[in-house]
Amino acid sequence: MSARWTGLVEKALPPALALAIALLVGNLLIIVNGEQPLRVWSLLVAGTWGSGYGMGQVLFKAAPLALAGYSVGLAFRAGLFNVGGEGQIQSSALACAVVGAALPAWLPWPLAVLVCTLAAVCCGACVGAVPGWLRARFGAHEVITTIMLNFVVLAVIGYLVAEHLALPETLHTREIAPGATLGRLADTVGALRGSAASWGLLVVPFAGFAYWWFLERTTWGLEHRTVGLSPGVAEANGVNVARVRVLAMTLAGGFAALSAVPTVLGYKHFYEQGFGAGVGFMGIAVALLGQGNPWGIAAAALLFGTLSQGGLAINALVPKDLIDVLQAAVILVVVAASREVQAVLRRGVAAARASTKEQA
Amino acid sequence: MSEKGSAPPLTPALSPDGRGGLAERAAPVSDGGGGVAGSSALVLEGIGKRFGAVVALDDVSMRVERATVHAVCGENGAGKSTLMRVVAGLVVPDRGAFEVLGARYARLDPRGARAAGVGMVHQHFMLVDTLSVAENVVLGAEPTKGPLLDRAAAEAEVARLASTHGLEVDARAKIADLSVGERQRVEILKALRGGARLLILDEPTAVLTPHETRALLALVKKLAKDGTTVVVVTHKLDEVMEVASRASILRRGRHEGDVAIAETSAEDLARRMVGREVHLGRGPDRVAPIAKEAKAALALDRVSCARIGAPGRVGLDDVSLEVREGEVLGVAGVEGNGQHELWAVTAGLVRPSTGRVRLGGDDVTELSTAERFARGLGSVPADRHREGLVLGLPLWENVALGGLGAVSRHGALRVRAMRERADRLLRAFDVRPPDASLPASALSGGNQQKVVVARELERAPSGAEVPRALVVAQPTRGVDVGAIEEIWRRLGSARDRGTGVLLVSSELTELLALSDRIAVLVRGRIVAVLDRAEADREKLGELMLGARAAGAREGAA
Repeated sequence: MSARWTGLVEKALPPALALAIALLVGNLLIIVNGEQPLRVWSLLVAGTWGSGYGMGQVLFKAAPLALAGYSVGLAFRAGLFNVGGEGQIQSSALACAVVGAALPAWLPWPLAVLVCTLAAVCCGACVGAVPGWLRARFGAHEVITTIMLNFVVLAVIGYLVAEHLALPETLHTREIAPGATLGRLADTVGALRGSAASWGLLVVPFAGFAYWWFLERTTWGLEHRTVGLSPGVAEANGVNVARVRVLAMTLAGGFAALSAVPTVLGYKHFYEQGFGAGVGFMGIAVALLGQGNPWGIAAAALLFGTLSQGGLAINALVPKDLIDVLQAAVILVVVAASREVQAVLRRGVAAARASTKEQA
Repeated sequence: MSEKGSAPPLTPALSPDGRGGLAERAAPVSDGGGGVAGSSALVLEGIGKRFGAVVALDDVSMRVERATVHAVCGENGAGKSTLMRVVAGLVVPDRGAFEVLGARYARLDPRGARAAGVGMVHQHFMLVDTLSVAENVVLGAEPTKGPLLDRAAAEAEVARLASTHGLEVDARAKIADLSVGERQRVEILKALRGGARLLILDEPTAVLTPHETRALLALVKKLAKDGTTVVVVTHKLDEVMEVASRASILRRGRHEGDVAIAETSAEDLARRMVGREVHLGRGPDRVAPIAKEAKAALALDRVSCARIGAPGRVGLDDVSLEVREGEVLGVAGVEGNGQHELWAVTAGLVRPSTGRVRLGGDDVTELSTAERFARGLGSVPADRHREGLVLGLPLWENVALGGLGAVSRHGALRVRAMRERADRLLRAFDVRPPDASLPASALSGGNQQKVVVARELERAPSGAEVPRALVVAQPTRGVDVGAIEEIWRRLGSARDRGTGVLLVSSELTELLALSDRIAVLVRGRIVAVLDRAEADREKLGELMLGARAAGAREGAA
């Protein structure tokens, strides 16, 4: 019993510490700006959870973050760092929009949505699989390859959109078929009026459940976690470590792809270059703060969603860059305080060192 | 926190009595100097320490006489290392006080402990691989020439220090090029140069070869004769009997009394440590002799492979071995002579460059580890932390590793079946505590090893009770006497039921207790296979020593 409690405390400590320190830093900045912390914070809460509109906006912003968080978290639990969220999300958003636009108008609602979602997931999984394969086959570290692949993918997307897919005079693609759109929540729940939240939010609980079920209740998931915690033990116990790594990055790409779905199907209804940029990177912060736990990631996404929406609300009193500083403080403290993160980073550095040594 | 203190930008200014500048760091409670204290190097009074809900030390009081070798014995998890870490300033006790060389403290930090004359050599060495011996020894208090390290002075000083204490080591060698035994000598030198007059060695022989062990024990005796007090933390009783004059016994954090070694025996020590009767060094009796018609359970046929982690060098060189059903074939040798490769090739982690591996008559050379498991091979790795158990996972998941097919349906885990299986295994192997939801890290080393062995003994092919063959590497390394007995008994009972066991070990006692035949592995080659009846320590030691000389030549080339 008590061992379980200490375990829980140990897990909850880094995020709690991170929030406390971020709050402290925030207070300091607010005071330096000549404002009263309490006033700013209450404005932030009022602008987010204080109204139906604010709440809707927070959810709207949190959903892609949570899904990107699951992507990073999944790779993380296999001991891999997925920094490729950007490329995975953007390419899947494009795939989702292009397929959605190509669908015939008569295709009924759930089917069209499913087809678009599948297109996105396939695309994200393929983009994710590449660094996984490079790691398994050549030992190329995924931190490097995912980052580099981001540039490649974004450049290819830029070319495709600008030269072939964009409507004349615009930087976005055609609208998706009506059957593929997801309605606004506000149309059903009046209180959320004006907010951009759509039924696409429901992807999050499904993804969260899938994330938990895969990791905790499947043989692949147990092997995945074993590789993450100790590749040596995994190998000695007959786990095909290379296969697990490829699968992990593939699935991570798939989860990242889901992040594009609420935005494309529920909000924009087309692909526009640059929209939703940064979500893949924010997913790293979300996964770290959430400690790779499905509930933790959802909570972390809500927090970052709140901060992002709240930044607009407090802009009148303090510069909204304050929010960026807060988010950075949260990330720094979580990284510094969490043993798991340090372990993965250390292994990454060791692997990078080993590979440079081999080349030398 | 305490890490800060252990990376000292040391001012080496010690006052003549060796504890200058101490007052402002870790004020002695009072200056000892009482009549009795004069003859004691270390006095512990009522030391208590808890880690969360776990009582690591419970009111421990003991006394170590000056210029003697004192052993602190106990099973894994008995608290012996924690106790010594208190003295070395690495653990702050909750209660109690202690006296080091006449000065009294309630607590020390690492720097304070060093200034007080305490030097501790840890199980895992704390040396900088890329620096030389001399640089490592003087690190933190370097002789300087202007702003630069005076390398010549450092090397001269270290060489002088080494020769006065009879420690053989080349002051200019890089740490990375040294053997484990040599690294340990560097650690001891480092402690002595730091002014240690109370030297604590934590499980010093756990990583040493028999030859190196003998050299270390001789060194320890000499140090004590020359006036240094040495405390040896260990659970190896033959070493205690050889080197110590007194021993303090810890059991579950409590001090179970002291014994004078001259008036005791290894059996008596073992009984006090474990709390029950233990038969040392005697393997499990055979139920029946090996059947005449016994077939080969596991065979290596002219297997060669490169050294793991060093592709250009020889790991195994034309090794042929055959283990029959119901037989234990021991493999003796100095670590690093192909033991790891032998285990890895047999378990399927490494493919041999030439040669075949057979399991019960089938050629399994091209099969993966998982496929070999499915055909009834069990494998106990040498390093249970890096290859055996995932410390962060609960036991019920750990015991399922490598056999997930049996506890899943269409890829979905049957959690209840996994838990029931784990409960059954933990009870059957007397794992303490028998709680399958605990992470593996919560168990002592001996109990962790029992879990590994329990899991591997489950790898029976369908229809059989026991595995067809087991490849077992260092099964009782760092394991306490009680657990050794249990693990040996289990291996013996699998053997009695027809499992062929390939036992790779650097413990001669273990090889002699369990094996029917013993092969000696030197530089990747089998140089001899002895029947148990003709094998003894001297003969094996000689054959293994050949390995040592050969290894040294290679290192020098």
